[in-house]
Amino acid sequence: MIEQLPAIQLLLTLLAAPICSMLRNGDQSWRLATLVSWASVAVAGALLHQVWDGNEISYHMGGWPPPWGIEVVVDELTAIVLLLVTLFGALVMTALRESLSTIMRHQRQSLYYTSFLLCMASLIGITLTGDAFNVFVFLEISSLATYTLIARGRDRRALTAAFRYLIMGTIGATFILIAIGFMYMLTGTLNMADLAERLPEHRDSRVLHASFAFFTVGIALKIALFPLHYWLPNAYTYAPKATTAFLAATATKVSLYVMIRFVFDVYGVEFSFQQMQLGTLLVPLSLAGILIASLTAIFQSDAKRLLAWSSVAQLGYMSLGIGLLNLNGLTASITHMFNHAMMKAGLFLALATMIYRVQSSQLTSLAGIGRTMPLTTGAFTVLGIGLIGVPFTAGFISKWYLITGALDKGWLPVAVLLIASSLMAIVYIGKMIDVMYFKPAPEEFSNVREAPMSMLIPCWIFALLTLYFGLDTRITAGLAGRVAANLLGAS
Amino acid sequence: MIVATVFIIVKLDRLMTAVMMMGFFSLLSSCIFMILDAVDVAFTEAAVGAGASTIFFLAALAIVGRTSKKRKKEKTLMPLAVVICTGVVLIYATFDMPYFGTADAPIHQHVAPRYLQESGDEVGPPNMVTSVLASYRGYDTFGEAGVVFTAFIGVLLLLGAGTRKSGLERPVPPNVKVESMRQKIVLREVADLLIAPVLIFSLYVQWHGDYGPGGGFQAGVIFASVIVLYALIYGIVPAQQLFPPRKLAYFPALGLLLYAAVGIASMAMGGNFLDYGVLMPDPHDGQHYGILIIELGIGITVAAVMINIFFSLSERSL
Repeated sequence: MIEQLPAIQLLLTLLAAPICSMLRNGDQSWRLATLVSWASVAVAGALLHQVWDGNEISYHMGGWPPPWGIEVVVDELTAIVLLLVTLFGALVMTALRESLSTIMRHQRQSLYYTSFLLCMASLIGITLTGDAFNVFVFLEISSLATYTLIARGRDRRALTAAFRYLIMGTIGATFILIAIGFMYMLTGTLNMADLAERLPEHRDSRVLHASFAFFTVGIALKIALFPLHYWLPNAYTYAPKATTAFLAATATKVSLYVMIRFVFDVYGVEFSFQQMQLGTLLVPLSLAGILIASLTAIFQSDAKRLLAWSSVAQLGYMSLGIGLLNLNGLTASITHMFNHAMMKAGLFLALATMIYRVQSSQLTSLAGIGRTMPLTTGAFTVLGIGLIGVPFTAGFISKWYLITGALDKGWLPVAVLLIASSLMAIVYIGKMIDVMYFKPAPEEFSNVREAPMSMLIPCWIFALLTLYFGLDTRITAGLAGRVAANLLGAS
Repeated sequence: MIVATVFIIVKLDRLMTAVMMMGFFSLLSSCIFMILDAVDVAFTEAAVGAGASTIFFLAALAIVGRTSKKRKKEKTLMPLAVVICTGVVLIYATFDMPYFGTADAPIHQHVAPRYLQESGDEVGPPNMVTSVLASYRGYDTFGEAGVVFTAFIGVLLLLGAGTRKSGLERPVPPNVKVESMRQKIVLREVADLLIAPVLIFSLYVQWHGDYGPGGGFQAGVIFASVIVLYALIYGIVPAQQLFPPRKLAYFPALGLLLYAAVGIASMAMGGNFLDYGVLMPDPHDGQHYGILIIELGIGITVAAVMINIFFSLSERSL
């Protein structure tokens, strides 16, 4: 049983999806989906326990040894990303029923849960696999499921947003496929570990250079790295309610994970950073992204769009950490991947809870909501403070490592810019909290009630986790540090 | 010719003609796949690209109308620059590529020899493509079946099939285009002649994937195209009597579950996921039956998805 865990991790959600689609009753499929999501969290926890301290599990699909068959590999980095996807997915799933109840009929809901489960399953699949082509297969499922999730938004602008994302996402995926194809042409293998062994002898081949270029652009589109982020604000703004929380937490993070896997493990540190100079590309672009996106966020009047722009900025932190290419920088990237997923999912969920009551995401209609929905706004505030990076919250930990990383490099200006961007975060989060607490509520929303428990509790779990991981960093920064040392040491 | 076709498609204003040209484009690409000796891929491309997707486009056209509206001139410089960059990088890469068809190219040296030389002993089917697809990389194929299923869920959610009354329960409006095709005697005679043999052919493709090109994906598409042809000639109502949409909507899920069931059975028998060898006392038999069942699962999923999508598109256009 224990040795089958990697397969079980994927199958739970992937099999629940078709079963869900056959249930015509929305409530039933929600119960099944929620149950299965929490079971996946348990499996992810068990896997994390197994690989703790640097063990590695390898599982051979179909019983064929790699490189002939497809291998599934779980190490510490995999396990933490799995935990991220399943835990935050399960929390959002728990709140999803209430959130959907206002916009969708029961029968449609089962299909929506199916899509959600498929998205979750494919992200798990991408994370687990040790095979380059298999990444692409699950990437297709996740993209299709994501487009559907977004397009079911409240108004028709969601369709345009989804279509734009579809075009960008397809270009990204095609580029990644070309990159994988080129690697296969050079080496004749698709297994990642095997590729890593065989690629260095081709380091001067133009095919490999082109492959790397295609991969970088393709994955950057998927992560929404500045300046390839144009699909993200619209997609997040028009996606229906709680779904945004899930997408913001997982989709871009898993893409980032794929980037780390390929850049460090498959192409190799030496090739990626010395020969192809990935660092010189990532650092200025990330910095520009952080500053421009933060600045744009400040001027938004729609709360969802504001948070979406803040996501673009925060993704910049993560890519900057990779670009720094030192222990603290990379630790910061991986820690922030987890922390930001947690905080941003929580923020979007708390926002969705407010929207559930007031039916609008404009800042003006959220005015005074701190008095009518004190518990939700409380959770929102805690998460917001975490995002700014105030000490004793999770956000502080990752920013601390990032700034230390920049100083280790002797890049004082970078550190200063990072602090400046934190100040900007104070401005845009402060602006929202100010509106929520200190502006008088509009007439029509003056008797809004507090949200139902099934939405409130997940919000507060996110908020409490943010505080918890601000104090106990063993499974975030502690693990990230070991992983980073490993990734850098592999060169 | 492919390049010329693409130019024509982009330039065309009449959507109807563009759709036809896209079918032509698919047929050309499938010829290229033939030349590259990828018979299975060519088969799929011909069935999906030239057959099924053309019909879907036509069904969509019935909804939106035949000609595209003139749009304001948009910025074309940026996309053009991106396309040129991509092209340059691709060409740049070709300089160092191994020559086409040389035996010592890396792809023929590393993993492939085992597929070629030992798949007959290890897996069984004489068609190596099937061994790789269904057994060595069965997990990928499972994922692909998942892709088809995901697309189906997307279409259901967005187009909303199954939520409206199906064609059976609604009065058929007069002057419907599909209805009028029944009058065309040539079409009807040809269709009558074709439908039965093609159905049998699709079953042959389904079960014969072990020995020749074919398998679940191709068979599913061919099967579905026949049903779509039937619906086009005789109207959507008799087709829906044959396959009630409400029940048909279960089948994509069932096909995927059938595939997974084989994998789970092999886990229960002590092997890894999708290790068919443990299903039977003799690993060869296990592989044989395992592949047969998963191909059936794929066939069911693909055929049901295609027919479902066609029904939901045509319901919208009625």
